[in-house]
Amino acid sequence: MKYLRTIPITALLGTALTGMFLFAAIFAPWIAPYGMSEVVGDMWEPSSAQFLLGTDNLGRDLLSRMIYGAQTTILIASLATLLAFTMGSVLGILAAVLGGWMDQVMSRGVDILMSIPTLIFALVVLSVMPSTMLVLILVMGILDSTRVYRISRAVAVDVNVQDFVEVARLRGEGNSWIVFREILPNALSPLVAELGLRFIFAVLFLSSLSFLGLGVQPPEADWGSMVRENRQGIVFGVPAALIPAGAIALLAISVNLVADWILRRTTDLKGGRGG
Amino acid sequence: MNLLVLKLIAQRIALGILLLFLVSILIFAGTQILPGDVAQSILGQGATDQALANLRREMGLDDPAVTRYFNWLGGILQGDMGTALSNNRDIASSLWGRAQNTLFLAFWTALVAVPLAIILGLVAVRYQNRWPDRAISGTTLTAISLPEFFVGYVLMYFFAVKLGWFPSVSTVYDGMPFADRMMAIALPAATLTLIILAHMMRMTRAAILNVMQSAYVETAELKGLGGLKIIWRHAFPNSVAPVVNVVMLNLAFLVVGVVVIEVIFVYPGLGQYLIDHVAKRDVPVVQAVGLIFAAVYIGLNMVADIVSILANPRLRHPK
Amino acid sequence: MADPLLEIRNLKIEVTIRPPGEKPHDITIVKGIDLDLARGKVLGLIGESGAGKSTIGLSPAGYGRGGVRITGGEVKVNGRDILQLSKGALRNVRGREVCYVAQSAAAAFNPAHRLMDQVIESTLFHGLASRSEAVARAVKLFRKLGLPDPENFGQRYPHQVSGGQLQRAMTAMALCPEPDLIIFDEPTTALDVTTQIEVLAAIKDAIQDTGVGALYITHDLAVVAQVSDEIMVLRNGELVEYGETRQIIEDPQEEYTKALVSVRSINHQAKAPEEAPILSVRNITAAYNKSADPVLKDISVELSPGQTLAVVGESGSGKSTLARVITGLLPPKVGQIDFAGRTLPRALKQRTKDDLRELQMIYQMADVAMNPRHTVGTIIGRPLEFYFGLKGKAKRERVNELLDKIEMGEGFIDRYPAELSGGQKQRVCIARALAAKPKLIICDEVTSALDPLVADGILKLLLKLQEIENVAYLFITHDLATVKAIADSIAVMYQGELVRYGPREQVLSPPFDDYTDLLLASVPQMRVGWLEEALANRRMASQGN
Repeated sequence: MKYLRTIPITALLGTALTGMFLFAAIFAPWIAPYGMSEVVGDMWEPSSAQFLLGTDNLGRDLLSRMIYGAQTTILIASLATLLAFTMGSVLGILAAVLGGWMDQVMSRGVDILMSIPTLIFALVVLSVMPSTMLVLILVMGILDSTRVYRISRAVAVDVNVQDFVEVARLRGEGNSWIVFREILPNALSPLVAELGLRFIFAVLFLSSLSFLGLGVQPPEADWGSMVRENRQGIVFGVPAALIPAGAIALLAISVNLVADWILRRTTDLKGGRGG
Repeated sequence: MNLLVLKLIAQRIALGILLLFLVSILIFAGTQILPGDVAQSILGQGATDQALANLRREMGLDDPAVTRYFNWLGGILQGDMGTALSNNRDIASSLWGRAQNTLFLAFWTALVAVPLAIILGLVAVRYQNRWPDRAISGTTLTAISLPEFFVGYVLMYFFAVKLGWFPSVSTVYDGMPFADRMMAIALPAATLTLIILAHMMRMTRAAILNVMQSAYVETAELKGLGGLKIIWRHAFPNSVAPVVNVVMLNLAFLVVGVVVIEVIFVYPGLGQYLIDHVAKRDVPVVQAVGLIFAAVYIGLNMVADIVSILANPRLRHPK
Repeated sequence: MADPLLEIRNLKIEVTIRPPGEKPHDITIVKGIDLDLARGKVLGLIGESGAGKSTIGLSPAGYGRGGVRITGGEVKVNGRDILQLSKGALRNVRGREVCYVAQSAAAAFNPAHRLMDQVIESTLFHGLASRSEAVARAVKLFRKLGLPDPENFGQRYPHQVSGGQLQRAMTAMALCPEPDLIIFDEPTTALDVTTQIEVLAAIKDAIQDTGVGALYITHDLAVVAQVSDEIMVLRNGELVEYGETRQIIEDPQEEYTKALVSVRSINHQAKAPEEAPILSVRNITAAYNKSADPVLKDISVELSPGQTLAVVGESGSGKSTLARVITGLLPPKVGQIDFAGRTLPRALKQRTKDDLRELQMIYQMADVAMNPRHTVGTIIGRPLEFYFGLKGKAKRERVNELLDKIEMGEGFIDRYPAELSGGQKQRVCIARALAAKPKLIICDEVTSALDPLVADGILKLLLKLQEIENVAYLFITHDLATVKAIADSIAVMYQGELVRYGPREQVLSPPFDDYTDLLLASVPQMRVGWLEEALANRRMASQGN
């Protein structure tokens, strides 16, 4: 209870909202009032008791589509983040511990990948590959793993030169003890905070691709593609496109609030250790 | 200017060129080695085998990849970017007008965003931990979470549709009067500014704060120097490199942001051009535009590093 | 007091701390201090870290570092209360009446400007002299402070001169506007001893010649005894003892002061070397990479079981590199290492588990030598498990035994390093080394990061454990006082070479080689007048040559 009170209100709010989005994504078929592609009214009907958020450009219930869209957005973004993280952090820590030519080869490769803006590189790849879910997850995951690689390698190099790791080496410990017992526990909190940021990035990135028409393809829909479908309405004064766009922003902000809190807690701990 | 500095700068430029070369290989390989057949995508699923074979020969697709790469690179170095598959037009000439439009948008955005961000960053430092600073930190957190199209459509909805102050679609054409052109880019430039502003402010704040907390600024305070004198003589010379770095990083960010913004406002720039041709699977155009974006990105990062080298007193005055 | 320069009355200083997971709160770090300083006199403020000495020292400049606030009392400089001044008036005091010399001149000089511009900056800013006059003053000061090529010294940038020279340049910067009071904040702490004595002498001369008053802040009583007229001993923000320098050094009244004065006076009987050495280092030459110049040149030393070999030298002497070579972290280019009757493989990876177990190491910074995410129980228990396969209850019992040996209770077993004091952390590191039942422990500057009294406790513990466990120590240090306290034999290193080596009494008795002579003569002694004698001896020696 005492611990709970030390959590800032913003972090609690972020956790609650993130939880709400997750809930909607997981239980979509049970809570959505209508089917995903069911045409139930006229195009761009305003919000009413029947359609809480109004209808979209084809007369489908926007709330229902938003709930199903949450599923697609969060699923693809999570899987891409997971891929980016597993690949990036394992390779990054390995590069730091092994050093030498392995480190050189991997780090220079990542440098080259990172010298192309992520979106541009994804567009180049998507010009020859079909935008299937698998391709999207692979492209986003691999491109994003370069960022995770950089940060985990940096954190691990930082920890690796500490005297306590030298103590373990002098004791004769193997690489697995050094990675899992000495380095990982000290690298974990910055990496967890990074996980949040990478997830936000994946959500925004996927949404941008879908908005550009190169991400999730119909009949599947995520929030980004819903912005695309309804964007013509803006010019006629119909704000339907702003709803999915706002949802993306809200999800990203909520996760950011949580990540920011974790990050600040970590630096506090570090500060306390110095004394 | 001494030899050491010249050598470092030459090294950095050589590295930039090497990177660009490697990136061109990557872009080329990315579009060639991955599954997917250009000839098939042009002619569609119904094409006969004979037609496909003819087209492949015509486009040189039967040559080995290395030959095709060097032909492509050699062409680009001479200003020949090939012809678009979708409409058979010369890519370089279509690019030029669009690149000018994109540069126009980026230039005016940078002209507003950079000074604004630096001034607000300084304000945050001046009122550190008080409300202006907190407000700036708070907005940054929000701003990095907002998708470009959210900001873009909100601005369009209110300022173009509801209030009617600006056009909602940023049409520009040759010979358009300057004032009209500025009106047309007002909303896209504002959106871009909002997107990079928060980032740039926060990074400027961090860079300057880092300098303001150094021991030599304390020394200056203990000499009794006034606030402005301290900032001008002691903080500024040491903040130039980090702040330029921040600006360059954000301009690089802007280059990418431009793609989405141009689509939102239907602005006829490079980004719009790229997206259209990705959808049409027009590989030569995607390669050419992708390489241009990457070159700008690499170039900006290179400028940032060169400024850091030039600003470092240890390098300018070696032992 | 005839002409009071500085009067401090009932000074109270607070700081806001923000512990993680708790509400920020204020703590008082200076609890009602009074002091007086007459024009041209020097007052030494001495205490351990956290005593509040720097905070008090900066109060005459009206300056609080890192959120430190003066919350009560008076600080009068030349009769005016600094705390009542407006910001503008305060700026007129700083750099004109009160100047400051920081511990790290390397950080305190702006890297972007030439030294001269920075040295004369406050003089010009306050309109105290024209540019040419100020430059002339600065050149005179450079000469007085013994800086090389005083005419052109100011044309250099901070990174182009050495640490000792920067420290003197900073003193020149403080003296240039001819202030009434200079605050010296640990000005020689970061320097090697042989440099420290020169800077100390330069500062003392400059103070005497210019008649400036000074507050001299340090943790080293022997240093402050050389330069100050009076000494104030502080602890936890409170006054312990305040008096004439001679009285504090020769006749301290308080227990705490007595302990500070008698620090490093451990009486250890040196043992004679035995026949079979446990460690013999033969003709070691080592470099950090293939093409680089060697950092160790043909080093040979021996160490008998249960004895202590002190390796002493200043920064860059190669003493820590020797430790890395012995542990196998840096395989030598030439030479071999015999340990416990066998020749050790050169590289760490080729060594057996027993090679590693019998040769343990303790580090300077205990904080970073322990994994902050492991408990004391894990830290000490891991070698027991790794080398002896101890598990569960047996392991826990043995850990508690070891905790007992280092004079810490069982209650510590589940604590994390962050919850321990500096001295306790170092004790846990000692226990971890002992857990492996080693024959040799390499101690790398193990007391340098600790306050003198805590360091004393660690040295005494190490000596006691040596008696019980019959373990040999290779003790690496820059501090000759520590060496005298615990060594059986001594190796003096200078720029990668062994300049003097032998049993303690022999190394410390004449005739000396030049470097050892300089080193021994540079270690401040806890008595008034040592600095003058040391300088006089040095001058005689150079005339003799």
